[in-house]
Amino acid sequence: MGVLVILIAISILVAGGFLAAFIWSVKKGQYDDDYTPSVRMLFDDNPSNNNNSNSKIS
Amino acid sequence: MEAIVANTKKPMPVQGIVQCYHCGETCDNSLSDDNHFFCCEGCKFVYGLLKENGLCNYYELSQTPGIKIKGKFATEKFAYLDHADVQQKLIRFTDGTQSHVSFYLPQMHCASCIWLLENLHTIQPGILFSKTNFGRKEIFIAFNPEATSLRKVVELLAFVGYEPYISFNDSEAKKPRKVSRKQIFKIGVAGFCFSNIMMLSFPEYFSSGNITESYLKHIFSYLNLFLALPVFFYCASEFFISAWKGLQQKWLNIDAPIALSILITFSRSVYEVLSGTGAGYFDSMAGIVLFMLAGRWFQNKTYDSFSFDRDYKSYFPLGVTVIKDGKESPVPISALQSDDHIIVRHNEMIPADAVLIKGEGNIDYSFVSGENTPVVKNKGELIYAGARQLSGSIELQVVKTVSQSYITQLWNNNEVFGPQKNKDKSFIHPWSRYFTVVLFSIAASAGIYWWFVNPANILPAVSAALIVACPCSLLLSATFTFGNMLRIFGKNQFYLKNSSIIEALSRINTIVFDKTGTLTHTAKATIEFNGQPLTQAEKSIIYSAVKESAHPLSRMLKKAFLQEETIENLYVENFRELAGKGIEATISNSHIRIGSQTFVTGEQLKAPANGTQVWIAINGQTRGCFQISNSYRQGVKEMARKLNEGKFDLHVLSGDNAAEKENLQQIFGTTAPLQFNQSPQSKLEYIKLLKDQDPASRVLMLGDGLNDAGALRQSDVGVAVSENTSQFTPACDAIMDSTQAGKLHAFLAYARSGKFIVTASFILSILYNIVGLSFAVQALLSPLVAAILMPLSSISIVTFVTIATSVSARKKGL
Repeated sequence: MGVLVILIAISILVAGGFLAAFIWSVKKGQYDDDYTPSVRMLFDDNPSNNNNSNSKIS
Repeated sequence: MEAIVANTKKPMPVQGIVQCYHCGETCDNSLSDDNHFFCCEGCKFVYGLLKENGLCNYYELSQTPGIKIKGKFATEKFAYLDHADVQQKLIRFTDGTQSHVSFYLPQMHCASCIWLLENLHTIQPGILFSKTNFGRKEIFIAFNPEATSLRKVVELLAFVGYEPYISFNDSEAKKPRKVSRKQIFKIGVAGFCFSNIMMLSFPEYFSSGNITESYLKHIFSYLNLFLALPVFFYCASEFFISAWKGLQQKWLNIDAPIALSILITFSRSVYEVLSGTGAGYFDSMAGIVLFMLAGRWFQNKTYDSFSFDRDYKSYFPLGVTVIKDGKESPVPISALQSDDHIIVRHNEMIPADAVLIKGEGNIDYSFVSGENTPVVKNKGELIYAGARQLSGSIELQVVKTVSQSYITQLWNNNEVFGPQKNKDKSFIHPWSRYFTVVLFSIAASAGIYWWFVNPANILPAVSAALIVACPCSLLLSATFTFGNMLRIFGKNQFYLKNSSIIEALSRINTIVFDKTGTLTHTAKATIEFNGQPLTQAEKSIIYSAVKESAHPLSRMLKKAFLQEETIENLYVENFRELAGKGIEATISNSHIRIGSQTFVTGEQLKAPANGTQVWIAINGQTRGCFQISNSYRQGVKEMARKLNEGKFDLHVLSGDNAAEKENLQQIFGTTAPLQFNQSPQSKLEYIKLLKDQDPASRVLMLGDGLNDAGALRQSDVGVAVSENTSQFTPACDAIMDSTQAGKLHAFLAYARSGKFIVTASFILSILYNIVGLSFAVQALLSPLVAAILMPLSSISIVTFVTIATSVSARKKGL
């Protein structure tokens, strides 16, 4: 049954890793703004270029 | 006398009504560029600038995203930003090559805004990068102070239509974000500990407490104890602090029994683990802490883009131009002394009570008194702070410093009444007190019983009773009910400052309305023509003349004429605009005068019965007048009827004259008290009087401007009605979009139903408590029963209140 002790240690370490990741992401401000990034992401491919290329195809 | 001569333009017939490509305002097609039409030179110029910099994506992301440029801003307007003191207050960080600054941009409203604002660096290379936060309507800008300056950055923002809102108030007290992050950390830690304690408790539960390997049993329980430490000392700390603060004021709040329950659960569990007598109730404890923290977080939803506590300072400019020894220099208004000479330009606000010494004042007091029509002021007359100069620049001598000016005094006076606001304590607290008393008597009787029957069971029974009968379900039902209601109100564009306002709303029995801007539209008006009917040609003449003027009445007329199809845009000559009087021009060989009765007809017969009149004379012949009266908002009548049925006391206060009396009586009934010619001070005193006359009355005030600010603060619930929720609103408890004003009765009814829902879920939670207590007093409460009962009661209560609030909202039509 000694393996149980090892498994429990590992499971708590993994969970602790997730907790650390969560705290890090909050500290980084990832939860401060939940709207703008979703819009900003769409700007990366230039909409006007897209429109032009679409019109060329059609 | 100041006269503006219009640019001479070639005549061009209007073929149709178009929308401005930049701002979407309806206009004629006289201004165009690249086959796009514009309503004014300002919009066209911004389009030109964006096109030059390859930023035309702006127009493709959303339809007509631009913001109409309201008059050209004076170049000196932002001169105060060159002042080192001001810069130090606004710039958050600088190292000589990079400066960081944040602004609040209330105009931000769509994806195009985000795109343009994050591409500012292409227009002004000195800007390193800019990042927006749409929810908070904020922009963060990093710029190189050697290549550009704070002033230039702000001027660029203002030029493209996003004039930042700058206030020392905000810059001095900023950092609300940290607190809410702490709350998230606590929830995260509690969640982590709860799930791990739960997992480690399963072997104990499934083996009914008989784990054969005793070393494993030890490992599990000590790990649980270890994981419970952060929950007890970190996550639950706010309950202990709040309970302690309450006790210090001899007040038993809802956190007191919760703190007691957590404390007893923790100490009994620690004792069981250390003495090896059991596994403890750590999972139940971590669970309730997690649920309660989540409930608090859910309830504390805030509307970041709104500010509920702006005072007069937020409305005033930050800087003003002072003339000293013939030299102009920008000075922060806090440094303004009496006897200073200041210059106030077109469309700027007068920051302190001052006497006019040069120029002609055309003063808009709407900010102070709610009166819409501008007043003409001559040399030597006193102008109060808060007034706006409408035409040309004027020079004034300051009489009183900013903090002693009339409107500021009103505000400061009000601080005296301030603390009385919402003195009612929440109805939850008495409940929790009864709960605590009953709980203690049950625990005591159980203890006395076991003392006679089996003394060994005293401690287990008493402590178990205190553990299981946690009032957390009381707290949960309140937090989740109010949290969900806050969101439902928000969906209906009624934004509450916090959840305690819901309870205050449910107590309201008296409602006071401000007329202008609250019951009536500020921009929309009904226009009627009285006099000889006008021909189409004459209508075109009037349209072409008013188009040249920026006066609010001219713009209303222009908009009305655009509704007609056959209007032509004619060539305008000799255009003159006389401040406070009217306009005159020669169009198609006809001389036209438009304006006040004295200006047009040369005589003042009598004051208009209601609303405002614009008189027309063509070739010296008076043709009649346009009657412009405020139109009431949609649904106002229906709302008043429903509120009357609901036995609310309705009152109407108006800064205007009694012209609208008949209309108001039709809406509110003949018995409703109507007060006219009310100053901001008398509005405030009226509310105070209402509250003094009947101590049981709870007053809701609906107002829109700073002129209502005193009354909004004096009332129990002050609701600011705003035509555009991105505009500034005075200090208040709630902000309502003006289109929703007709739903007031539904909002109030919904707030009342909230109390029933909380009471119903209290009863539900008491049923759970009875079940739990019946186990506890028999000394039969095993950790397994507690571990099932506690999450089950919490989850079912949360589900119940969420469903109940949504169903009730649908019933009320929200």
